[in-house]
This record gives sequence, structure tokens and C-alpha cells, in this order.
Amino acid sequence: MTEEITELLKTDYEAGFVTDVESDTLPPGLNEHVIRQISEKNGEPEWMFQWRMKAYESWCKMKEPRWGHLAYPDVDFDQVSYYSKPKNVDDDHSSDGLDPELQDTYEKLGIPIREQGESLEGGVAVDAIFDSASVVTTYRKRLEEAGIIFMPMSEAMHQHADLVKKYLGTVVHQNDNFYSALNSAVFAAGTFVYIPKGVRCPMELSTYFRINEKNTGQFERTLVIADEGSYVSYLEGCTAPKRDENQLHAAVVELVALDNAEIKYSTVQNWYPGDGDGKGGIYNFVTKRGICHHNAKISWTQVETGSSVTWKYPSCILKGDNSIGEFYSVAITNKWQQADTGTKMIHLGKNTKSTIISKGISAGDSQNAYRGLVRMGKMAEGARNYTQCDSLLIGDQCGAHTFPYIESRHPTAVVEHEATTSKVSDDQLFLCQQRGVDVEKAVSMIVNGFCKEVFQELPKEFAVEACKLLEITLEGSVG
Amino acid sequence: MLSIHNLEASVEDKPILKGLSLSVKPGEVHAIMGPNGSGKSTLGHVLAGREGYEVTGGSVDFFGTDLTELEPEERAREGLFLAFQYPVEIPGVSNLEFLKAAVDAKREHAGLEPLDSVSFIRTARESCQKVDLEQSFLKRGVNEGFSGGEKKRNELLQMMMLEPKIAILDETDSGLDIDALQVVAKGVNAMRNEERGFVVVTHYQRLLNYIVPDYVHVLAGGRIVKSGGKELALQLESEGYGWLEADK
Repeated sequence: MTEEITELLKTDYEAGFVTDVESDTLPPGLNEHVIRQISEKNGEPEWMFQWRMKAYESWCKMKEPRWGHLAYPDVDFDQVSYYSKPKNVDDDHSSDGLDPELQDTYEKLGIPIREQGESLEGGVAVDAIFDSASVVTTYRKRLEEAGIIFMPMSEAMHQHADLVKKYLGTVVHQNDNFYSALNSAVFAAGTFVYIPKGVRCPMELSTYFRINEKNTGQFERTLVIADEGSYVSYLEGCTAPKRDENQLHAAVVELVALDNAEIKYSTVQNWYPGDGDGKGGIYNFVTKRGICHHNAKISWTQVETGSSVTWKYPSCILKGDNSIGEFYSVAITNKWQQADTGTKMIHLGKNTKSTIISKGISAGDSQNAYRGLVRMGKMAEGARNYTQCDSLLIGDQCGAHTFPYIESRHPTAVVEHEATTSKVSDDQLFLCQQRGVDVEKAVSMIVNGFCKEVFQELPKEFAVEACKLLEITLEGSVG
Repeated sequence: MLSIHNLEASVEDKPILKGLSLSVKPGEVHAIMGPNGSGKSTLGHVLAGREGYEVTGGSVDFFGTDLTELEPEERAREGLFLAFQYPVEIPGVSNLEFLKAAVDAKREHAGLEPLDSVSFIRTARESCQKVDLEQSFLKRGVNEGFSGGEKKRNELLQMMMLEPKIAILDETDSGLDIDALQVVAKGVNAMRNEERGFVVVTHYQRLLNYIVPDYVHVLAGGRIVKSGGKELALQLESEGYGWLEADK
């Protein structure tokens, strides 16, 4: 069986191709001049440049965080190019004007860059980001009619400067951590979303990130504001070519859910994970955080299948009374991948509630860690948290780790933590085989069963994609 | 249909089966009895193709195919079924999903379309009734939290759905009280027909009161040392295995 499994483990990464487009790429290295150029290329107002510089100054004094259960060589930040934009991108971001090479790329990736149908109801709007630029943004005008703003960040700075100024950096501060500071200094693309008071966004909004250019990093910044009583479901996906060197992705996502608003944020992360020997792959160092005001709700769902190194903790600050935070995660590592991922639930308001369901699956020679903080503040009367943290091991060369941090400063707060670790056993696989089910299908059934609680939180089309990805990532990962 | 000739097999380089021969024709029920460590369970696992059970000699012919050449799942799809002594739990995978995957795999192998969900569920529910399992068991994880008796009935349920050509029951009676034993025996008997063969591996004669065999074989030291009719089982029950081993 071991041989069979090793064979199956060699499955290919399907999104690993390179698009041949001409790009405007800045030379590697980071300094004030580079930041000035990024700001100019984006045509930004001066205040934005000053904002970036403040972040850059903080970053220069900061050290790369090394507390994760991760082992990788230091990143040489002078070898990274911080900006690359494909030429021939229309200013109006329509799919018709898009370079055919790029059109092909999105077709291959199965990303709908054309608007379909008359009704917005049940559809998906896409902001397609290619390296450092948004190349297509669909449904933008029609969403605008409903008062919904869905546009690249670089444009929002001009058109909605008041909102950007008011909220940018308020949930994740420029100097929050090393990578958020780096992102704040150099971010180029990203999506800006605003849902007006009482509006329920009729369609899924999404951003699709593609890294293409060699030696570049991607540093996007997403800001979603759900005004009082509004609702939005937002999705993001990503892929990158196969390359022997590691590429850096350091994003920041900020969510603001005002009183009675709800934001559902789902991610299927499929960055290039590196090859079977652990060569190449994306370093995914991401800061995602949302703030919930009175009665608001933020729900993070993530399916992490890619990247060679993942360092990511989508979190909720439950500031308003009765607000709710949720985190549903499937993190799957195979081959030589390493993931240190989890969440932070910061309970500040009264009767705030949070739920954490984390499913870690490790296969091959990979290392998979859950790291989560639940903090009950001094005012968090009657706050509750429930955490369930399950690990599944496939084979005997991988590792699963759990690092829960619990801090409670209120006597009425209740924190529950449950954890399990299990292994896909030879007995289970043999039972399946003896009933005619091959190992590959058996593993996928067992893993899907293990992830069920999280998958049912995903929007339907996303859930299908997640299941498929899981199969590809795990094909024959049993040892 | 199943012809085992001089079969030799090892587990971790230790020879367990040392020249076992057995022939099963359609419709026949063969009981294999023997003392602990005689190789009874090994036989079932070798026939099913479990990893770690290495065939070192002899041959196994199953409807003209060399069984030892096939992967475990291919043997299953060809119609060989092993009912486990200790059925393992698969949490999170529902019984229904598991049965569907198994039945679909077998149908695909036979060049048939997968069964549509409606007829599949209907068949599954009917089979549940026959083995005295509540339909709610279809929604539960495979063997997850099942009692010993429920696990064995679940094996029977799988057997009914897969309609094997030959079924090997590996100490199916172990851990069952007399009521549970009768339910399982009833299910097995209901599946007996002129086409299907059974190999019933057991340590005790008790099971054979309910599943009456056509032949009884005594396995000792890795080979069959005595064969006879059902009365041989009664003789073993009263006299033990000692007299046979002394004979060897």
C-alpha cells in the first residue's frame, strides 16, 4: 500500500502554468523610492503615500516573526520585486478589453470574468487581480445601482477617499505586525467593498488572486465595510505558477461589520505548494481580521490546501455587545508543506459568542499546526466560546500540533475547548478496499467526512471546488 | 469456483499457511475450524489480499483467475467478500455513502451504470430490515459507536448489498450473545443459494448449529489436517483439537 500511496502523492498542481504577458515590473528591493513609485503608478493621493511611509518606517524597526511552528530560511526582502503590472490592462477593467493571454488564463483557471445573466441574484462578481493589478472587475456598475461599492482599492482611494481614510488600517494597524507593516508600505491591488445600510448584497462578491511574474511578491489589501444591518458574502481564491524559488504573498484583509451587519468571508487557498522534494512554493504570510460592532456577525471559513508555508490567523474583535465571531477551517498539508494557522477571538462586549471549528489534515512529510487565542475581556460578561480542534494524520512521517491560548478576565465567561487527533488506519483502508473501494476514493471519503462541518459553511459552488481540491491535494497520501 | 492449492503464506517472514488446499463449489458451505494460531484468520486475509500477508507458494484460482494477482479491491469487485472478525469504525463516513461507493465500484467493474439514488436507498432500507438494523444506521458513520452485534449485522448488510459470489466469515460469532448470533445466522442462511459459496471460519461449533455446513475442515499448523461432514464439528466440540495435533 505504501508504494501505491507514494505514487499517488505525486499528483500535479493543475494551476502551475505561466502566462506570457509583458509586464511593468519594478526591480527588486525596498526603499522610499520604491514606495514612491508604487504610489505614483497607482496614481495615489499624497496622504496615501504618507500613510505608506509611516508603515515602512515601522517595518524597518521590526523583526520577522519566528514563533510559528515553521522552519524555512530567512526571506531576503531585497530580492523581491514589490510591484508588477501586466501591460495592456484597460482602465475600465472590462473583460472585452482584456489581453487575450489573460482571458485564456482565467478560462483555464475556471474564473468567470464575464458577466452572465440579467439577474444579480445568486451570481458571483469577480475582481480579478493579476500580480499587482486588478485586470477585470465584473458587475461593478450594476452593483453600484444598488448602492454597493465593489472596486479595486486603488480607485476607491480617489472615489471614496472618505471611507478609505476612515477605515483603512483601523482593524489591522500599519504596525500590527511585521507583515502587516510590509503590506501597508507596498500594497498595490486589492478589493474595496462597501454595503450600504440595510442592504443585503444579492450576489457573492469575490476576488481571485493570481501570481504570475517571477521574483515578485503579491501584497494585496482588502477592505470590506458592511454598514448597519447589511449582509455580504465574500469569496476569495488564488493560484500561482510552479517555480523553484519561493514567492512571497503578504496580504491584509480588514472587515468592518457595523451594528447588526453580517459578513461571511470564505477563502479557498490554493497557492503553489512546492514540489515533492519541498522545492519552491508560496510563503503565505497573511493578516486577516474583522471587527464586529453591536449585534454584528463575522464568519470566516477557510480551506487551506496550498502554499509551502502558511502563517495565517483570521480573527474577530467582538467589540459590540451580542456580537458573534465564527471561524471554520480546513487546513490540509501534504508533501513538505507547513501550516501554522488558526484564529483569535477577542471578546470585548457583553454576551459575545464565538465558535471555532478547526480541522487539520497532515499527510506526507508535512507539519500542520493549529494556533488559536480566545480572550475574554474585563467587560465580556456572559461571553461564550466553543472551540473544536481536530487533527487527522495520514501516514507516519507528518506532524499535527495544537497550540490553544485561553485568557479569561471575566468570571462569567465560558470557554470550551475540545480536541481530537486521529489517524487514517490501515484497517480502515483495508475495509474500504475489501468492499471494492480503492485507496484513493477511500482516503477522500474519510477526509471529506472529517471536514464535513466546515464544508457545509462554504457557499455551494465553493464547496464543490473545495472537495475537488482536497482530492487533488491528498490523492494517495497514505503511508 | 474457488480452488486453493498448496497455499503457503507468511506474515512478517513467519510462515503461517504451509500448504493449504481447499476447493469450494457454488452453493457449498465450508466450515474451517481449528485451534488458536492455526492460521484460520490468516486464510481470510490472504484470500482478500491484505497487505503484509505474503503468498510464498501455491495457487488460488477464482473462476479461472489467479486471485493472488489481483488488488484487494479487484478481488472484492470480482465477488469475494470478507466479513471481519473486528469491523473497524470509519467516523464521518456515513454507512449509506460507504455502501453507495462500494456498490458503484462493483457495478462499474461489471460495466454497469451506477444505481440511481432512489433505487439505491430503497434497496439499502430493505436490506436494513432483513438484518434487523434501524434505518437510522444508514446515516451514522460506518460502525461508529455500534455495539458488537450491530457491527456484525452491518457486515451482513454490506454483504447483502454487494451480493458476493463467495463470502468468507471470519469468526463472525466472536463477541456475540446467542440472540445476536441467531440474527446473524438467519441473515447468512437467507443468502445461501445455489450460486453462492461460503467459507465459515470459527473456533466454536456453536455457530454451526445455526449455519449448518456441508463440509467441516480442521486447520492445524497451517494446513488442513482433517475434513468431514457436519458431524466432525460435534466431535471436535466434545474431544477438542488435541487428538488431531498429536496425529500430525
